[in-house]
Amino acid sequence: MPVGTQGTIKGLTNNQLEEIGCQIILGNTYHLALRPGADLIDEFGGLHKFMNWKRALLTDSGGFQMVSLLHLADITEKGVTFQSPVDGKPMLLTPEESIQIQNKIGADIIMALDDVVKTTITGPRIEEAMYRTLRWMDRCIAAHQKPDTQNLFGIVQGGLDPVLRDICVRGLVERNLPGYAIGGLAGGEDKDSFWRVVAQCTAALPEDKPRYVMGVGYPLDIVVCSALGADMYDCVYPTRTARFGSALIPEGVLKLKNRAMANDERPIDPTCPCMVCKTYTRAYLHCLVTKDAMGSQLLSYHNLSYMMKLSRDLHTSIVEGRFPEFVRGFLRTQFPKGDVPEWVCNAMEVAGIDISSCCASFSPSH
Amino acid sequence: MRFAVTKACGGGGKARAGALYVGGGGGGGAAVVETPSLLLSTRKGLPAFVSRDLLSTLPSPDSHLLHVSPIHFIECPSSKTISNIGGLHQMLGLQEHILVAAASDSVESLPESEASNKLGASFETPSGRRLVKPSEYMQMITSMKPNLWASLADEVPAWVTEKRNRISVDRTLRWLDDCLAVDLEAGKNTLGAVVGGSNIDERKRCATEASLRNVAGFWIGGFGLGESMEERLALLNAVTDCLPEEKLRYVSRLSLPEVLQGVAAGIDLFDSTYIYHLTLGGFALVFPLDIVERDNWDSRTDIEGADCTKINLRATIYRKDTSPIVDRCGCFTCQNHTRAYINHLLNVHEMLAQILLEIHNTHHYLGFFRLMREAIKGGKFELFRQRFIKRRRAFLTAEAPCSL
Repeated sequence: MPVGTQGTIKGLTNNQLEEIGCQIILGNTYHLALRPGADLIDEFGGLHKFMNWKRALLTDSGGFQMVSLLHLADITEKGVTFQSPVDGKPMLLTPEESIQIQNKIGADIIMALDDVVKTTITGPRIEEAMYRTLRWMDRCIAAHQKPDTQNLFGIVQGGLDPVLRDICVRGLVERNLPGYAIGGLAGGEDKDSFWRVVAQCTAALPEDKPRYVMGVGYPLDIVVCSALGADMYDCVYPTRTARFGSALIPEGVLKLKNRAMANDERPIDPTCPCMVCKTYTRAYLHCLVTKDAMGSQLLSYHNLSYMMKLSRDLHTSIVEGRFPEFVRGFLRTQFPKGDVPEWVCNAMEVAGIDISSCCASFSPSH
Repeated sequence: MRFAVTKACGGGGKARAGALYVGGGGGGGAAVVETPSLLLSTRKGLPAFVSRDLLSTLPSPDSHLLHVSPIHFIECPSSKTISNIGGLHQMLGLQEHILVAAASDSVESLPESEASNKLGASFETPSGRRLVKPSEYMQMITSMKPNLWASLADEVPAWVTEKRNRISVDRTLRWLDDCLAVDLEAGKNTLGAVVGGSNIDERKRCATEASLRNVAGFWIGGFGLGESMEERLALLNAVTDCLPEEKLRYVSRLSLPEVLQGVAAGIDLFDSTYIYHLTLGGFALVFPLDIVERDNWDSRTDIEGADCTKINLRATIYRKDTSPIVDRCGCFTCQNHTRAYINHLLNVHEMLAQILLEIHNTHHYLGFFRLMREAIKGGKFELFRQRFIKRRRAFLTAEAPCSL
């Protein structure tokens, strides 16, 4: 899901998003509630109408932004207290209010307000946050006015502690929600811990409900998490890295700002069918990126196309029963020297995918 | 390239309608473009915000004419790379478009007359001040293969000394010859540059001399650099009086309403960064595109219903405005989005705002050019021009019903 923070994907129009096969985008409740405001969006009949986006929308709860964007944010049982960025007044975001705002915004999928804790923190705070997340889940469910048109997902917390994660998963599953997110990751924890939490959650969550790993991510992370049974992802990476002049290609990342690109007459990726790769050369894009708005636009377009194609390819390979082959092809292209990171090898083993042919010097641990 | 005047002296004055036929020159599918016409401004060959797929939603072939400055490519890609790729049309993915090259613009390639010298013209660019010699310029032109190109000129602002102005004419003519000397097409796609500042005699001298060269048309520079509105019409007329009737004339840097003066003086092609500046400022063009049809002109309702030329979508009154920028406008922006949405995008500094505004403003301004052409063909251009000016003045003096 591309991230359309403020009711737009940076630099792309709706029809371009449809063209590249985007089916659902994410809007940030915190930003939208500030500007243009939840009531205004409601008056317009919801964010779909306001943006004129005909496909699906998902909004997050607003909690994460508050904690990460605002210092002086404090979390109590009532909710998240913070200083209003507009006038400095103390404000409180409760689970009830988060749901109320999301009801007004009208996205197809909405997220419960969770007590998010950085994975780098240890100690009793994590346990407190996990139990509070469950209590807030009930408050969110009670406050939800539109269960028939908006799907309320719960978010699994618990840090890197498998015991806490297990309690949280079971607690959420009991509440029989339309979908589940795995939260609290993508915040600087080491990759080995990261995949283990994902694996544990996907193993325990219901088979017939979507699993959304929040804040992920890099193409490699998406492939691994998909192998472990996750279904949905969001990340600003493709569009943000585009604005810094980096293009996503099967081999990894192509830094178009690099001087070597100045005379490279090839497209970004000869295998990519997107408008940018069919029209422009690296040499031309080199002179646009980071200097002209058009450079950001074209690169964002390509990067999102790449991600949409990756999703489609993952999907098709699973449907056609050749997922392991796809993974092997992906890894070989990204790591031609066979230097697949250890965490990927470990994760794939648990996922039941044999990638030994992709790893040159390292064999998966038992 | 073929150009022909199809209707001369429409509605009094020297305004003329023409047809420009372009084929070849490294690209540019055979197209007949009616003049007077607008060349869309570009940055490194592409519009500032409208990508190629969105550009194709604009009226055709009106939106196929682009002004490209070779100076934008002075850093990269190299002439060799551009050649290898196959020229500008190929590199930009604009194979069906008509690319007209002229060195200066008013945003990223500003003529710096104090630094120009006998060897070349100086420009202020994002990568600093660059001196461009005719030989270097022609190297770029040869590799780029635009459909039409203006020769290198020494443009000076209106306030320079007579001596400096005279020198600029001498240099410009000399550089025209230098460029033609190495032109593989022997002037077939060349627009001879005409300068001369605010001095009528120098303007005439330059125009007369340039006319003696074997060129396809003329690029008239040095306007929009400090001359007054009153001077400008006289200068433009002085120039066009000395140019052959049947050849193309292109002038840079005339916005609205100066462009009306240009048409009145017999100019065929215009470029300007008008749309770009409007867009950056959050402005959208809204003036009605039906002035010619309103023959029964009730001056009272005219002033009361005085429409602005443009609105500023940053204004809070648009926060909840569910209407498109202009009712029944056929552009992508008006067909898909509301004023409220664009107001929001501007407030949160999202790039989509500029994309949507540039699309609408281009659409609207191209519509204006179409109106001018209709007026000329109908023999009513002078009437059109007077009404347009009167309407703008009426708005400025009357109570404004909308904010700027």
